[in-house]
Amino acid sequence: MKIHIKNGRVIDPASGRDETADIYIVAGKIVAVGNGPASFHAIRTVDASGLIVCPGLIDLSARLREPGYEYRATLESEMAAAVAGGVTSLACPPDTDPPLDEPGLVEMLKHRARSLNLAHVYPRGALTVGLKGTTLTEMGELADAGCIAFSQSNTNIEDTQVLLRALQYAATFGHAVWLQPSDYHLARGGVAHEGEVATRLGLTGIPVLAETVAIATLLQLVAVTGARLHLPRISSAAGLHLVAQAKRDGLPVSCDISINHLHLCDNDIGYFNANCRMDPPLRSASDRDALSRGLAAGIVDALCSDHTPVDDDAKQLPFGEAESGATGLELLLPLTLAWARRARIPLVQALARVTSDAARIMGIDAGTLAAGVAADICIFDPDEAYRVTRESLRSQGKNTPFLGLEVVGRTRYTLVSGQIVFDRGSRQARPAAARS
Amino acid sequence: MTRNPQLNRHGELQHLLTIDGLPRNILERILDTAAPFTEVAEREVKKLPLLRGKSVFNLFFENSTRTRTTFEIAAKRLSADVINLNIATSSASKGESLLDTVDNLCAMQADMFIVRHASSGAPYLIAQHLAAQKREHIHVINAGDGRHAHPTQGLLDMYTIRHYKGAFNNLSVAIVGDILHSRVARSQIHALTTLGVPDVRVVGPKTLLPADVQRMGVHVFHNMRAGIKDVDVVMMLRLQNERMQGSLLPSGQEFFKFYGLTEEKLALARPDAIVLHPGPMNRGIEIDSAVADGSQAVILPQVTFGIAVRMAVMSMLAAT
Repeated sequence: MKIHIKNGRVIDPASGRDETADIYIVAGKIVAVGNGPASFHAIRTVDASGLIVCPGLIDLSARLREPGYEYRATLESEMAAAVAGGVTSLACPPDTDPPLDEPGLVEMLKHRARSLNLAHVYPRGALTVGLKGTTLTEMGELADAGCIAFSQSNTNIEDTQVLLRALQYAATFGHAVWLQPSDYHLARGGVAHEGEVATRLGLTGIPVLAETVAIATLLQLVAVTGARLHLPRISSAAGLHLVAQAKRDGLPVSCDISINHLHLCDNDIGYFNANCRMDPPLRSASDRDALSRGLAAGIVDALCSDHTPVDDDAKQLPFGEAESGATGLELLLPLTLAWARRARIPLVQALARVTSDAARIMGIDAGTLAAGVAADICIFDPDEAYRVTRESLRSQGKNTPFLGLEVVGRTRYTLVSGQIVFDRGSRQARPAAARS
Repeated sequence: MTRNPQLNRHGELQHLLTIDGLPRNILERILDTAAPFTEVAEREVKKLPLLRGKSVFNLFFENSTRTRTTFEIAAKRLSADVINLNIATSSASKGESLLDTVDNLCAMQADMFIVRHASSGAPYLIAQHLAAQKREHIHVINAGDGRHAHPTQGLLDMYTIRHYKGAFNNLSVAIVGDILHSRVARSQIHALTTLGVPDVRVVGPKTLLPADVQRMGVHVFHNMRAGIKDVDVVMMLRLQNERMQGSLLPSGQEFFKFYGLTEEKLALARPDAIVLHPGPMNRGIEIDSAVADGSQAVILPQVTFGIAVRMAVMSMLAAT
């Protein structure tokens, strides 16, 4: 199918392009940006006047809940949420039931995702069998089945000897390892950032030390093993400081943060708002500000949604008993734009964190609008304002601390491999009020 | 952040969930309201009709005898019908969920819930649920939630201090022991600082003090002798059995050595200092029997005043 996207403001962070231009698509691939091929007869022309055309967003962490947690979400609901949010590729963690520790499970998931023909799904395999932290998985088989990296999701490898061997083995074959840094024992029993808010509310604290001790251990192991390590969900200034130092030392490490930790802090828990229960916990305002600066400077490589659909029954509980996590796939774009406005970051730089930088960490050939690549494209209205409500979310997960917030910037079209998989139709919401 | 859920649109007390954030005049009004109720107990007929026809549900998800009993007495003295429910399970995964239980009791025409729960914030969840269900006429009193708050205990302590000391604005008060796990300590700190006590101290080992506790407006001491020097009020806390061994403390004996209140240590406080304890006491762990039974202890008056303070809170809520 030949598609012509005309008159849009094309922002391609990978090349630094930010100008009004046309994009030409043939057989699922971008064939030209700017001047089109001679005698191009488009089957479909998309008028992107007043809209921004950027690479489809790449989300480093989105839980799809299949297999095992279909009562929380299904591939159908979450893939629809992804493309409605302009997300065209996503990495899902292995914490399904059963966990993604066998090639058959990974193949089934990839097959199910492909059959929906929406966003591309890149599973992360379990690093240890059953995520139990004792026995290594068949990483070679899992990689062949389509796993782009290996992780423990939110669980730990408590035994440091197993951790060392897991990194050694992964490094042998060049597999990337993603480990969320949290010392099991220091975080044990905690439900909120250890600090003034948790003290006032009588919530058991998770000290920043739980993150820094884990990072320090992992960095020592990386220095010896040479494993490629990605640290998802950094939450503290002190943790980020350690990562920055490691990068200066030339270690092969990268890290990301979530939209929740970029915009919120422990004060937002307010009167025990269980939607602010996160793993890792929302930390202090100064931590949040340090994460924002780190993301602008590129010390934080990427921003992700950490999309975690949680059903109401698991959220309508006292704070400490409620399950962690929030829905996010449809908020990644507007909250990236909100960050760019607040931190005065050029859009081309802000969008890099959810496109080209994320693609680099996942090791996939995506996240750019260069000629010759698959046409995964997000076309959004940068001025459309709307309120985040349960009804506005396509995800089956309706719980997010951003409910009720008015956000600016909304996907109009999403293309995956040159097919328009999402079309919101004409603009219906009221226009943005005075924008800052 | 949403509106303080325990105040209604007119700034009146709708629920009593915590002392944190309550204005001073409300605290003083509760203490003033409690004063005449202490006399009710002296009468031959210990009853007032203020809650006649109202149903008060004691909703205890955590075991308690003393607090439940004092709430029950307080409600009965106000002529309420009292229903005790002991749901001694904190696990939401088993059986009925907390909010399902609440919905069922609402269907039984409850007027007031007295809630104790092992999880911090559980009474907030109930209050928010009632608001979402447009059941604002049902009041919630927090009778202790996790480590968060035990506001009626904090208030009865204030009543006791005012009874013996007259005013708050010239006092030094030390709270001693396991601050980390104590909802009582948090409510005491908020009450003392709100009522204008200029010198509030917390005393304990680093393992039993919560992070950034000084941000609550208290001075932190690890040495008890320094911590109770010249204070007017010593407020001891109960040390739970399960904290006495393990990584928080080596033993109850060692705790007593450093933080137990003995006559010798109490001599460092002002000669007219009073000693409070929320009960039940561990004699020989946090307090020596000679002090507990001594002339400076006001531990039994605390219990008596507690009934009057709970009557005051219930009657004020019922009038809202």
